Amino acid sequence: MAITLTDSAADRIRHFLEQRGKGVGVRLGVRTTGCSGMAYVVEFADEVEETDTVFEVDGVKLVVSPKSLVYLDGTELDFGKEGLNEGFRFNNPNEKARCGCGESFNV
Amino acid sequence: MALLQITEPGVDSAPHQRHLAAGIDLGTTHSLVATVRSGEADTLPDEQGRHILPSVVHYSADGAQVGYEAAEHAGDDPHNTIASVKRLIGRAASDVATLSGELPFRLKTGDGSSVPRIETAAGDKSAVEVSADILGSLRARAEESLGDELEGVVITVPAYFDDAQRQATRDAAQLAGLNVLRLISEPTAAAVAYGLDQGEESTIAVYDLGGGTFDISILQLRRGVFEVLATGGDSALGGDDVDRSVAEWLLQQAGMQGENDPQRLRRVTLEARRAKEALTEADTTRVRVTRADGSEWQGQLDRAGLLELARPLLDRTLESCRQVLADADLERDAIDEVILVGGSTRMPAVREAVQEFYGREPRAGIDPDRVVAIGAAQQADILAGNKPDTELVLLDVIPLSLGLETMGGLVEFIVPRNTTIPVSRAQEFTTFKDGQTAMSVHVVQGERDVVDANRSLARFTLSGIPPMVAGAARIRVSFQVDADGLLSVTAREQTQGVEAHVEVKPSYGLTDAEIEQMLRDSASAARDDMEARRLREEQVEADRVLEALNAALETDGDRYLDAEERANIESARDALAEERGRGEDPDAIEAARKRVEQASEAFVARRMNDSIRRALAGHNVSEYDDSGN
Repeated sequence: MAITLTDSAADRIRHFLEQRGKGVGVRLGVRTTGCSGMAYVVEFADEVEETDTVFEVDGVKLVVSPKSLVYLDGTELDFGKEGLNEGFRFNNPNEKARCGCGESFNV
Repeated sequence: MALLQITEPGVDSAPHQRHLAAGIDLGTTHSLVATVRSGEADTLPDEQGRHILPSVVHYSADGAQVGYEAAEHAGDDPHNTIASVKRLIGRAASDVATLSGELPFRLKTGDGSSVPRIETAAGDKSAVEVSADILGSLRARAEESLGDELEGVVITVPAYFDDAQRQATRDAAQLAGLNVLRLISEPTAAAVAYGLDQGEESTIAVYDLGGGTFDISILQLRRGVFEVLATGGDSALGGDDVDRSVAEWLLQQAGMQGENDPQRLRRVTLEARRAKEALTEADTTRVRVTRADGSEWQGQLDRAGLLELARPLLDRTLESCRQVLADADLERDAIDEVILVGGSTRMPAVREAVQEFYGREPRAGIDPDRVVAIGAAQQADILAGNKPDTELVLLDVIPLSLGLETMGGLVEFIVPRNTTIPVSRAQEFTTFKDGQTAMSVHVVQGERDVVDANRSLARFTLSGIPPMVAGAARIRVSFQVDADGLLSVTAREQTQGVEAHVEVKPSYGLTDAEIEQMLRDSASAARDDMEARRLREEQVEADRVLEALNAALETDGDRYLDAEERANIESARDALAEERGRGEDPDAIEAARKRVEQASEAFVARRMNDSIRRALAGHNVSEYDDSGN
């Protein structure tokens, strides 16, 4: 079981955490919603639950709940630009289909 | 796929329902848009990485250009290049009559419309429409950067803007398709960017020195409300004046007094600005200017020299600082924080002067060009619901007191300025004469006791008051300002219950019908643009046909045409030339061109046949037969 980060994603997360001034890391997850069933969640993590798995990559803590981990195992989190737009991207091998907008998916 | 941002824990971010919000600093000389991504507020650059958008719009028959491209036309097409439109927004034609001499574009103030309009190649434009074009450009940049539509924006306005100017700014945003979450004052936004809204009670001075304007404001933060205690400044004072002083010094040093070539003066001014900016980092810089005869003058300018040149300007800003302290009835040591805003505050001389004046180090950690937009973005983020539990939302206040005209042209204030909104206040009035059956209600805004010195917002009449002796009637006038800052005033006679009511739309702003019309116009403009293009294409095609035909008639007309044929062609040609010259109807031009082509068909065929015959003359057909080889 593993989740990885690209260098650019690790850099940005470190920067954002520093700017925010608090938080142990970033929580990654999936939620059932959206037009293709599931959607990714990326949020600042202020606490770690007992059941959470924590992956530490380049000094960045990624916090994942057991339910989400099933869907996220093997995922690489990337940070990229598309024109003026920039943000995080999940490269998830479990993903089978996405909705046209790319904001939700199913496995 | 969609690019995701890190959200605060527990904020619902269902797909397609992210609350995208932005802050906009709509400035006199330049504008910026900022947003909060992954918890960090920053301004958004364009494709070339430029954060600043010059607040300039260039109008041509093709439409509007905004920003740097528009600013390039300032020299070659000044009448259609609209800059500093913020000085006009929300102002009545009568207010700006005095300004028009100083503006490079043509203002129409006397055509019945109460709003001044600017004549441009794309039609007459109001300040609201020009501002909407600037906002539209920022909106496009933000939506491209965020990958989706904006849910709402916070726009900053100067602290001294009255309700008419604020309403006009809202109108411009609406015209640009933006939902305004709130307008906040520029100094308030700067204070928010520094996180001062999260602190205890404090008194803050915001020193804002831009390219062409200087504003000084004193804010007081108390229980989550920023009150603007006093504002002052000079609308014609800024960093550009320093450039001018340095340029004059350069001209004097180089022995070029009296130089009047605009190109050379422009280059000297650019050199002056470069030197000024270089001295932000360096202690001394080389300066050079080229004289009319091509010879060059070289010299040095150091910080002390720059300070000397900038001194008169700095002294004028400090004079304003002194004045607003007096207006706010405060001593210098009552100021807890000083914030620097505006690109010109990068000059070390400015920082030192401000520090010396207030006796404390000013805050300058955030880029002074961007700090206002950043604060606005942070407020927008909170108002859009992206920060669930942590932060307070700033409360909105009425910027200037609201009141009524009473006998003798005096003002009775009903809602004092800095009252938080929404608010409802009422007061009772009575009749002045025996048997008086009507009362005129005149709603004004401002701080002066005399009606004429304040801004008139609306007038209405309450009629049907039962005749009574003077002073017996009881008329209750209530003011209501809703959360969006819209004012409604109701007058009610208490014994019979007759009532009159007005929704205040500033009388020199735009009516709903006008805004609707403009929205419709902008939708139908797409169609007009298509028509315009077709017309131009037909005109070009007509020119091509006319030129070719005239050349052919010149060389071969006599050879192939009898008089009647020639007259036919020429009359069709003249009809086309006339239609093309009129330049109104692409269909008519096309029809006329087709008639010319028809009339000259035989002529063209004869010329063609003949030229082929001539080309072949003297040659054997077998020469052209490939099989012969």
